[in-house]
Amino acid sequence: MIGLQHYLTVSAILFALAIVGIFINRRNLILLLMCIELMLLAVNFNFIAFSRYLGDETGQVFVFFILTVAAAEAAIGLAILVVLFRNRRSINVQELDTMKG
Amino acid sequence: MENIHLTIVFAPLVAAIVAGLFGKQVGRAGAHWITILSVGLSFILSCLVLKHLYWDGGEAQNYTLYTWAVSDGLRMEVGFLVDRLTALMMVVVTFVSWMVHIYTVGYMHDDPGYQRFFSYISLFTFAMLMLVMSNNFLQLFFGWEAVGLVSYLLIGFWFKRETAIFANLKAFLVNRVGDFGFILGIAGVVMFSGSLDYATVFASSEFIANQQIEVIPGTAWNAMTVICILLFIGAMGKSAQAPLHVWLPDSMEGPTPISALIHAATMVTAGIFMVARMSPLYEFSETALAVVLTIGAITAFFMGLLGVVQNDIKRVVAYSTLSQLGYMTVALGVSAYSAAIFHLMTHAFFKALLFLGAGSVIIAMHHEQDIRKMGGLRKYMPITYWTAVVGTLALIGFPGTAGFFSKDALIEAVKYSHWAETDALVYWIAYLSVLLGVFVTALYSFRMFFLVFHGEERMDKETKSHLHETPWVVTAPLILLAIPSLVIGWITIEPVLFGGFFGEAISVTTGHDVLVQVGETFHGSWNFIIHSLTAGPAVYLALAGAATAWFLYLKRPDIPASIATKFSGLYDLLDHKYYFDDLYIKGFAAGGRRIGQFLWSKGDELIIDGIIVNGTAKQIGRFAGILRRVQTGYLYHYAFAMFFGLTLILAWLLWA
Repeated sequence: MIGLQHYLTVSAILFALAIVGIFINRRNLILLLMCIELMLLAVNFNFIAFSRYLGDETGQVFVFFILTVAAAEAAIGLAILVVLFRNRRSINVQELDTMKG
Repeated sequence: MENIHLTIVFAPLVAAIVAGLFGKQVGRAGAHWITILSVGLSFILSCLVLKHLYWDGGEAQNYTLYTWAVSDGLRMEVGFLVDRLTALMMVVVTFVSWMVHIYTVGYMHDDPGYQRFFSYISLFTFAMLMLVMSNNFLQLFFGWEAVGLVSYLLIGFWFKRETAIFANLKAFLVNRVGDFGFILGIAGVVMFSGSLDYATVFASSEFIANQQIEVIPGTAWNAMTVICILLFIGAMGKSAQAPLHVWLPDSMEGPTPISALIHAATMVTAGIFMVARMSPLYEFSETALAVVLTIGAITAFFMGLLGVVQNDIKRVVAYSTLSQLGYMTVALGVSAYSAAIFHLMTHAFFKALLFLGAGSVIIAMHHEQDIRKMGGLRKYMPITYWTAVVGTLALIGFPGTAGFFSKDALIEAVKYSHWAETDALVYWIAYLSVLLGVFVTALYSFRMFFLVFHGEERMDKETKSHLHETPWVVTAPLILLAIPSLVIGWITIEPVLFGGFFGEAISVTTGHDVLVQVGETFHGSWNFIIHSLTAGPAVYLALAGAATAWFLYLKRPDIPASIATKFSGLYDLLDHKYYFDDLYIKGFAAGGRRIGQFLWSKGDELIIDGIIVNGTAKQIGRFAGILRRVQTGYLYHYAFAMFFGLTLILAWLLWA
């Protein structure tokens, strides 16, 4: 029987992967955006698992909202990315250090 | 009467403002007319006040015009006390000031600062009148400082001359030392009597005399002695008594009219006037009187000696002023306040005369002041010559002149003073100083007189061809001052010294009333001359001094030089003015500068700037320099920090 903890474990693994992706990825900005998406999906996973476990549909509704927002966010993120690339001719994360103190 | 007083005081102020602020609009003639007219008005009204108080038997007036502030019961007021002492001072001040105003028209004729000069001397007249007419200590202090300020401005009148700037700074600083004592004295008065008003303070003088004060813990001093000595320190500064005399000879850097007005006739006598005004206080302190007497005696004799070696015509007169101020101070010390004021008055006339005469010579000599380069001016400048004769005779105390009556009465007063019984040492210092001072006075006065007006003509050809008598605006004041220098003593000695002229204004305790003793032998002015010819050595000392000067500087002009080389040690001592200047400049001034230098380089530059201000900034900068390395600008570092921090907080929330 696959229980709540299995779902949560998968979700945690997804989330961890996403974070590790952010940390160790030093080349491609698109990968960062994808990792953020992945985090959101991990969160969605949790929502659905708990919604099912507690018998409360609110969690699932929430997931829809998150997916919508994530889509919008991805669109904006990619738009910014395009502009950034136009300006700097690069999306290499290591070269984006204008905030250096 | 109040309106007259107000006009006397404020007419010169109005004139000063007009000439000073609207000098361009009123022009040169406008500036001298308005100031001369207003000071002349003050003089005439002052005469009226004197007439009212003396001949018409008017009452002395003491009233408050305006209350400036009341603080904790202490009233700070502007008011006038007009009694005979004040009236006499008013007449002397306005008369000399008036003469100097007229004289200035000739003396400053070509000066670009013409209006400014008239504005200053009128302002001075205002300040001096405020000083003498005051009825409280605060206004006295105002006048005191105001005359000091104008003196500063006028010494440095030719502000492009470096020596003038040095001299006016010196005068200001030395006067500050005196004023410091003065204001402490006023503070003492307020502390014990709780009032600034003369009448109230004098009424409580007996109470003050019974108080003790511990200036240094563990030593109880009489409060009156402390107050009187502190006030006298102020007088020492203003009246140039040793050791605060150093500014007066240097003040000769200013134009000659102000040397006559401020640094001979009026301002420097403010200290004498102040002590005489405070006689109800000084009478309660034997110690303070002893200090006054000793300082005066030292000044009278030793400053006179310096006049013998000076070669600048104005400086010789300046040292004689110092010496004569010493005489007045001696008179104060023996409680002969009337004699001090009497000498102050006669001195004002003949010293102003001498200074203006010196100025007349300076004009004729095209601003050459070295008496070694003069000589034989008698035939070129007859009016200046004869007025100088009068002035010099009055200064040495030749029988019959104004200076004779005042100085001889003063010496008599010293001779019969109560100090003979109470303190023999002080008595002999004072008595010998004033007697020897007479000889020295005659010596340097006639030295200057002979070197300037007699003997061979030592000026260069260029100057000699231009020599002529000065214009009437210069000679008229000389003549007008020569008249009182001759006769004022003869006329006024009886009422002023022995006739109780000052009435309540000056109080002398019974044991001190030396002038009464002198008065017992006084039977009219003529008898006074006979008396001093038969009794005192003073007149003969003066004649001996004059004869010595004649012998040394006319008969055998080679002797002074050989004396100077033979007694080179003594000559050096005198030539360096007892090394007072060196002590003050190298000692106090340089020491002060060194302290300043130390505080600047160590205190300000090192500690405040270096450690506290810049040091803090530097430390913060260094800390920030370390901290900024954390800000790499890489997204993944921030994300890691965020995640790591979040994890830590979560862990803490879960397990703690």
